[in-house]
Amino acid sequence: MANLTPELEAERVRIEKIAHDVGLDFFETIFELVTYKELNMIASYGGFPVRYPHWRFGMDYEQISKGYEYGLSKIYELVINNDPCYAYLMEGNEFIDQKLVMAHVYGHCDFFKNNQWFSQTNRKMMDEMANHATRVRRYIDRYGQENVENFIDVILSLENLIDRHAPYSKSKIEETKSRPPYRANAPGRLSVHRDYMESFINPPEYLRAEAERASQEQSFEQNHFPPKPVRDVLQFLMEYAPLQPWQQDIISIIREEAYYFAPQGMTKIMNEGWASYWHSKLMTEKIMDDSEIIDFADRHSGTMAMDPMGFNPYKIGIELFRDIEQRWNKGQFGKEWNECADLAEKKNWDRKSGLGREKIFEIRRNYNDVTFVDEFLTEDFCVKNRMFVYKFNKRTGQYEVDTRNFPMIKKQLLFQLTNFGQPIINVVDANFNNRGELLLVHMFEGVEMQPDYMRATMQNLYRVWGRPVNVATVLDKDRYIVHFDGKDFKNVLFETQKKEDLPTGSDQN
Amino acid sequence: MGILEDHRRFKDIIRGRIKQDFKKYVTHGEMIGKRENDYVKIPVPQIETPRFKYGKKQSGGVGQGEGQPGDSVDGEKQPGQGEAGDSPGQHVLEVDVTLDELADILGEQLELPKIEPRGNKNVETLQNRYTGRGPVGPDSLRNFKESYKEALKRQLAAGTYNPDDPIVIPIRRDIRYRTPKTSVKPQANAVVIYMMDVSGSMGDEQKEIVRLESFWINTWLKKNYKGLETRFIIHDAAAKEVDEKTFFSTSESGGTLISSAYKLCKKIIEEEYPVNDWNIYPFHFSDGDNWSGEDTRLCVKMLTEFFLPKVNQFGYGQVESKYGSGQFLKDLEKSFSSDERLVISRIENKDRILNSIKDFLGKGR
Repeated sequence: MANLTPELEAERVRIEKIAHDVGLDFFETIFELVTYKELNMIASYGGFPVRYPHWRFGMDYEQISKGYEYGLSKIYELVINNDPCYAYLMEGNEFIDQKLVMAHVYGHCDFFKNNQWFSQTNRKMMDEMANHATRVRRYIDRYGQENVENFIDVILSLENLIDRHAPYSKSKIEETKSRPPYRANAPGRLSVHRDYMESFINPPEYLRAEAERASQEQSFEQNHFPPKPVRDVLQFLMEYAPLQPWQQDIISIIREEAYYFAPQGMTKIMNEGWASYWHSKLMTEKIMDDSEIIDFADRHSGTMAMDPMGFNPYKIGIELFRDIEQRWNKGQFGKEWNECADLAEKKNWDRKSGLGREKIFEIRRNYNDVTFVDEFLTEDFCVKNRMFVYKFNKRTGQYEVDTRNFPMIKKQLLFQLTNFGQPIINVVDANFNNRGELLLVHMFEGVEMQPDYMRATMQNLYRVWGRPVNVATVLDKDRYIVHFDGKDFKNVLFETQKKEDLPTGSDQN
Repeated sequence: MGILEDHRRFKDIIRGRIKQDFKKYVTHGEMIGKRENDYVKIPVPQIETPRFKYGKKQSGGVGQGEGQPGDSVDGEKQPGQGEAGDSPGQHVLEVDVTLDELADILGEQLELPKIEPRGNKNVETLQNRYTGRGPVGPDSLRNFKESYKEALKRQLAAGTYNPDDPIVIPIRRDIRYRTPKTSVKPQANAVVIYMMDVSGSMGDEQKEIVRLESFWINTWLKKNYKGLETRFIIHDAAAKEVDEKTFFSTSESGGTLISSAYKLCKKIIEEEYPVNDWNIYPFHFSDGDNWSGEDTRLCVKMLTEFFLPKVNQFGYGQVESKYGSGQFLKDLEKSFSSDERLVISRIENKDRILNSIKDFLGKGR
């Protein structure tokens, strides 16, 4: 076991037992007691003791260390999704802090183990990260630090171009392996059980139109590569860009790590909400004695604080879980509840269903942030938590409260959560203009990309692809293809008649 | 530890980037404004990893709290971010750089020689600090922590310590006291005295140049001397000593008598900085206009008789302005064409600052 002091170890055993008794189910969890310097190091490595060498970690280290030394920020808990789970306690923290962190960590560990979005992650990532470090070090020895580091810089700027849903879809994995031959017979024909219905269900002009559409699609698929838009840009580059084997390996390393961290981004609100819900419940009901309540309240309110512009996943998460538990305990769900228009009756609604605990465990297993917010964010909740949407006002040069309208809040929140609030970008054509140029299409959702970042990222793409790079996107409300030929950028206004050549690629989730 | 390697690598990269754009940093005042004690915040381009991402201003977000639609949300305004740039690679990150590192970079870029301090090289003062530990002393200096440690040690050795009932009682011979330790502390032994003409002909642009020059001169001298004092004198027809803030923000409209500043400077040196112990660096910035030839002759006389024999180096920087005649510089050149101790530099515009710094500091005096 780890290096806990006897007092902490005794407390750990007690808390583990309590957590287990309320139904939390976790991997074995190892707590390490570390100094603040070690904690800063581990934090800048994203929770791992070893990562591949890269200056970015040094930059994070500087920021984290300064933040701590100047007393601006303090890392409370650090836990990694691994079997066994590793979590860190900082030496010199107060006893109440350590207990709180332990209770919180068991919440996270339960979430890691049971939430389905984590089901595909590598549970031996600690070892894998160490292997990545060895591989990168070997490349540095062989190809030089500058070389390897520059290439890592380039790939890191494309790190977010992965398909976060791919690990959960079997068909997608198979699709990349072998494509089924195109079905040529009777495209679009609907099945008919009674012969006399044939001409009504499948009228000849409909069949003709379908056949035409299909042949267009087919010719597109046969003449284009990739045949379907590819969301996992990193994988595409790894397989098809003109790269050295070590460069392909670097991409595979960064891609694997990106996929490993992706579920943590997809369940930020839920994960933190779940852990906070349990630390608060366990601490107040079972772990603490009376003398510690003030200190606990102080720490707890510190983590739950929310400033007007910030969005605190701990706060929204814990409140949503509590709200759901209460609603399901009182039976405030289902048809009857939804159709009830009597406010007074709704207020006193209590069917004594007592399903709350069961429901939140079900939610922690099956949902991610998008589905969680989509299903359980209610108007009452937004009003109670005084939520609003803010927008930048060009005239005043300030961020301003835009609206407190519930559908708008929900829409904005879902937008922020979908794809981590990052633009969705597909590889559409690897032989654009028949010149071996790369064409990426940004699926426009109403918000434009930041142009300077986009151009810098395109320069990096060019370094990987080796041929001119094009990005179809929207700039100042007009559709453009931004072209970069290695030296200059050119914005070509998107011609409308060419639209058919460029499927925007439908989003499959 | 791998992280130290990564951290060093990060520092190296920052240094490299700063060196690349060094001239830009020298001529841009914005980073001096962000000076905090020993650090400067420097905006370094191309450090943050670029990504395809949404423009923040367009996307907005969800917040929580009071306020009606239209009320401004109190939050960081993100100064300096400005409008999205349209040239590639505009992404910028602010990093902290110590003045020491900055001086190193300045030295390397300008190939500045190390300064050979003159006179009494290391003026040091002895200082007593109560950092020691001893068995005797007055009760007011009792060191509780150490005393209890001693008591614990004694009890452990004697076997009277019980971990289940950890009571430690110090006795007379466990008590420890704080005792004085003498440490050698370097004393400030260099002084820079800045003089500036604040008459009407010196505009904001000229003052900005002086501000930048003085920042870099200070940075370099601080690196070379253990302690550095700075004094500021402004003058038009009369001179007075001011603090740094006033120095750069005052505008007068009177005539110009350079000798007034030199007289005040002489007085300060004579009264407070004995030349044997101090390395003295007076710098004078003006647009080169003086009231009369008579006054200029007086200045030349003071330079030859008082300043040049006593100071390490006297710097005169002439900031070109539309109104100044620039006559003073010509007069000085005529009188001291070959004297190394007087450095004359002409600063036509901001781009010349770097060369001028090299003029001033390149002698290694």
